[in-house]
Amino acid sequence: MNLFAIIGEALRALRQNRLRTGLTMLGMIIGVAAVVLMLSIGQGAQTKINQTIAAMGSNLFIVVPGATSSGGFSFGSGSIRTLTINDAHAIAELPSISTTAPVTTGTVQLNYAARNWSTLVTGTTTDYFAVGNWKMESGTTFTESDLRSAARVVVLGSITARNLFNDEDPIGKTIRITNRPFLVTGVLMAKGQSLTGRDQDDNVFIPITTSERQITGNQFPGSIRYMLVQGKSANDMDIAEIEITQLLRQRHRIAKGKENDFTVRNLTAIADVATGAAKVMSIVLGAIASVSLLVGGIGIMNIMLVSVTERTREIGIRMAIGANQRAILTQFLLEAMMICIMGGLIGLLLGIGGAWIVSQVADMLIVVTLGMIGLAFLFSSAVGIFFGFYPAKKAASLKPVDALRYE
Amino acid sequence: MSSIQSNHPASPLIRIENLCKSYSLQDANGKTITNQVLFDINLTINPGEFVAIMGHSGSGKSTLMNILGCLDTPTSGSFWLSGKNVAVLSSDELARIRNQNIGFVFQGFNLLKRMTALDNVAIPLLYAGISRSNSRKQALEFLRRTGLESFAMHQPNQLSGGQQQRVAISRALINHPPLILADEPTGNLDTHTSREIMLLFQQLNRDEGITIVLVTHENDIAAYAKRLIRLKDGYIIVDKNNAAETNLHEVV
Repeated sequence: MNLFAIIGEALRALRQNRLRTGLTMLGMIIGVAAVVLMLSIGQGAQTKINQTIAAMGSNLFIVVPGATSSGGFSFGSGSIRTLTINDAHAIAELPSISTTAPVTTGTVQLNYAARNWSTLVTGTTTDYFAVGNWKMESGTTFTESDLRSAARVVVLGSITARNLFNDEDPIGKTIRITNRPFLVTGVLMAKGQSLTGRDQDDNVFIPITTSERQITGNQFPGSIRYMLVQGKSANDMDIAEIEITQLLRQRHRIAKGKENDFTVRNLTAIADVATGAAKVMSIVLGAIASVSLLVGGIGIMNIMLVSVTERTREIGIRMAIGANQRAILTQFLLEAMMICIMGGLIGLLLGIGGAWIVSQVADMLIVVTLGMIGLAFLFSSAVGIFFGFYPAKKAASLKPVDALRYE
Repeated sequence: MSSIQSNHPASPLIRIENLCKSYSLQDANGKTITNQVLFDINLTINPGEFVAIMGHSGSGKSTLMNILGCLDTPTSGSFWLSGKNVAVLSSDELARIRNQNIGFVFQGFNLLKRMTALDNVAIPLLYAGISRSNSRKQALEFLRRTGLESFAMHQPNQLSGGQQQRVAISRALINHPPLILADEPTGNLDTHTSREIMLLFQQLNRDEGITIVLVTHENDIAAYAKRLIRLKDGYIIVDKNNAAETNLHEVV
């Protein structure tokens, strides 16, 4: 028995019935294309989330002031100003913490020449940029001495810079923030949306001291909107959270049994949830697409069974002139596998093409990996073997005399 | 002719002893009915013989033919083909015997559709493990011998009945089997073409010493054989030399 010869016989049989082969293959093509497309969309979403998380900075906590209530009305978290810059300094001294960055915020009107722009102003310390994983597009951040002297210096987010300056170089220029002149020292690199979908690039940053005294000052000196806290190690995030909580309760003199007047959120944990959700989405999409692959496989089994019945006499003739059971089995199995593998390859190309079109049209990140290609190929061969085996076995186990007499 | 007379070695090509064949069927009530088709057949065929097995339909001649061709197995009794006890062989070994030792010629030609004459002739070689290009070369040689070289690229439906049967005979011959089994080979052919086919069989038998076993219900076809066996209701009732052999070689 010559395997190449049997491959040839299988190919000939497929060619003899082009329409049927093509239609059967279509089931595989659609199945594999759907799986590849869905996996690449899922993979794209996962990659996007990972990028966002990486941009956010690692081992991050966000500490916000606690909620307060009065006469049964809750005012929501941050409604009282219980966190201060000094709290931030104290937390920074904890053994499990590397740095902290206190933040005040406000909405301000910016002017440059004839242009104006309304945006969010963030008053913070120099560490903020490192903690939040910000990178400079041009210029520098403000310095410790700016912070000490409450200098009027500003770092622009990329969108704000574009809106105020267009193509002009903002570094060294003076803009007005609520009518006070500020020197632009740097422009940040674009970061895109946060996990919550907020644009992070429409923003300006000034020293927190300047902000407090001149821009967002209020009746509680030293109070902050929130603080970013960076832990030293990803493994000690739980310990760090306990340490922060204990320190703040102690500093705020909260009696045992009373509720915290602040909230510590582990951003890494939130990121993990988001990654997990994307992974689940990937799996669900892939599973739904696999159903079409399964249906395609059943279609192949169906056609192969019809084919075996239709070609019973041919099988009988082949047996009479010397084909053994293995030769017949191999030929029919190869026919099913060739349909699957060819359909799989075409489906793979269509899936990749479809993914590219989706990425262009819907402006989504689509990622096609080598692993996915291998998976689609393996899966389609497996479908071919699984659904092709029974009909092939049926063909091979025909008795020669019965097969020859079959009308 | 003299070569055939001396071509009777000690070991026969086919030896059948006390062979019985019965089929089990389920009737409408689920009862098993046993239908015996062959009874206690004893038969010896030596290399170089040209035997016609005759009988009416239902006489068991086709069943005997299927057993001789290793397409079916006997219910009891023994069957030696070239000294091998066929009853104990596996299906793979039977396939090899059909491939190497037996050439089949059928009433309905049984060529594979939508395949050229050349490829039809070449298939037994493929199952024997010979490469496609090599087998095509040999197939063309056999088509030349049956005078069909120019039809090599025709498909069966483009050929006449006689041409199809000659393609089938080429296919039967290609592995140089010592035995050809022909089941009503002229059943679908007109008288003239039948004579041509029988001439071919006589040539093969006389010139190449190939043993031919022919199943037919027509007396004038059986007359070309050298030995006549008649079956009736599953028994051999006649087994004799054909005194009045039609020798086409002399007629033509």
